Amino acid sequence: MFEEVGTTTEGDLIINVGPQHPATHGVLHLVITLNGETIKNVEPHLGYIHRSIEKMCESLSYRQFIYVTSRMDYLSAHINNHACALCVEQGLQVEIPPRAQVIRVLMDELTRIASHELWWGAMAMDLGAFTPFFHAFRERESINDIMEETCGARLTMNYMVPGGVMQDLHPNFQKRVKDFMQLYKRKIHEYDEMVTGNIIFQNRMKNVGVLSAEDAVSYGCTGPTARGSGVSSDIRKLFPYEIYNTLEFDEVLETAGDSFARYKVRLGEMQQSIRIIEQLIDNIPEGDFQTKTKAVLKLPKGEFYTRVETARGELGVYIVSDGGSTPYRIKFRSPGFSNLSVLNHIAKGSKIGDLVAMMGTLDLVIPDIDR
Amino acid sequence: MTNEELKIKIIEILPTANIEDAAETGGPGWLTINIEPGEWLSFAHKIRSVDTLNFDFLFCLTCIDWKTHLTMVYHLRSTVLHHNIIVKAKLDSKNPEIETVSQIWRTAEFHEREVFEMFGVNFLNHPDLRLLILPDGWEGKNPMLKDFEDPVNMIRL
Repeated sequence: MFEEVGTTTEGDLIINVGPQHPATHGVLHLVITLNGETIKNVEPHLGYIHRSIEKMCESLSYRQFIYVTSRMDYLSAHINNHACALCVEQGLQVEIPPRAQVIRVLMDELTRIASHELWWGAMAMDLGAFTPFFHAFRERESINDIMEETCGARLTMNYMVPGGVMQDLHPNFQKRVKDFMQLYKRKIHEYDEMVTGNIIFQNRMKNVGVLSAEDAVSYGCTGPTARGSGVSSDIRKLFPYEIYNTLEFDEVLETAGDSFARYKVRLGEMQQSIRIIEQLIDNIPEGDFQTKTKAVLKLPKGEFYTRVETARGELGVYIVSDGGSTPYRIKFRSPGFSNLSVLNHIAKGSKIGDLVAMMGTLDLVIPDIDR
Repeated sequence: MTNEELKIKIIEILPTANIEDAAETGGPGWLTINIEPGEWLSFAHKIRSVDTLNFDFLFCLTCIDWKTHLTMVYHLRSTVLHHNIIVKAKLDSKNPEIETVSQIWRTAEFHEREVFEMFGVNFLNHPDLRLLILPDGWEGKNPMLKDFEDPVNMIRL
């Protein structure tokens, strides 16, 4: 890898960004070929944080492997757990109680807000604005506190298990979420005033990293990255799971396909998540939070696939079972891996300074890409 | 389109395809189409370009090691018509090779590189078949194969 550093015969400059670099937010290594300031090629080198989670899961039982998946996309741990729990439930063909369904959706949407908060703060910081980071983390901290009370953890929750959720909600949960929502609805307008309307920010985002709808589909982009290009890809709408088909919310779509469009989609999604939480927080049904399942789970021989909408896009869980108590083969279709593959395509021909804006709005989380 | 209609359309395109009924497996309820590796490229071109099928989104590409052979698994859906299928191709474990589809679905380029290094499948005509996740100069068996042994790290409980 080191002999690549330097210049090529044509006089192009090759520089390495990462694996340790503040703008990559993790151990991602990019080898960039530059002609002057213009990017000719961006080549990602992965694997610095590869733990081979798929291989590990092959020797873990259907209850145990869910804990490992919290470490994939650690910003949407709940949603990863949710996808795995759904896949095991599909194999076992169990229905989960309504209370558990509502709790799961509430947790998913709180996670989505927290994840987008972190993205928003970190991305603004990459572009040179330091203050938004503190605002975003102040609000995200409240969500982490709420999670800590119910799940006992702040990042790696491991709260959703096959058959429902691990334990009931903390008695304070409803009140604290309501308090937070009141505060948060006042704060979210500040984000627009602070960053979205800022002309310097807009100039750095508009027409940067333009991705057409056709390419977004071809490269397998999902989540806000695809919706910024006008591709309808919200799994909650297209293939509803749990109670999403009974809820009122909109799929946020933008058509410009540039970094600013992807930015606006994520801000819009925070508003939609607030809508969902407000519909549910006063209507949590009474009852069990878990159905009874056997102590040792065994999936019938066959193949199972579920997908959910994480904060970054479509997460697919593919389990191949040979009838035993551990999965024969498991595959996680992580949204980050496909979203990263488009980076070279959208970065070609633009300036090196814009690369940070593109990476910021793709919302790359490295453990999710490497798995 | 329902599974029955899909089945008819696919048999029109590829009469030799072996189609498994989805309802019996208890999985997500999608059709599974077993094909020969040699037929894959032309079949892929057709299901992408025929308007009534229009499988434009390859959302999952992976491989399974069955010890006696390998199976390539392609999960496809149409972003316009919202139907899903699974395509499977059985590969010889001694010399696994199949045509790349990265020209049809660009996302396959990265996914095929991952399968190449993890399972050792050779993708013919792939534009850039190199190691992606494993460190440069990796030697030895492909790590996701069932008979992989790591002398240093514990990989099995």
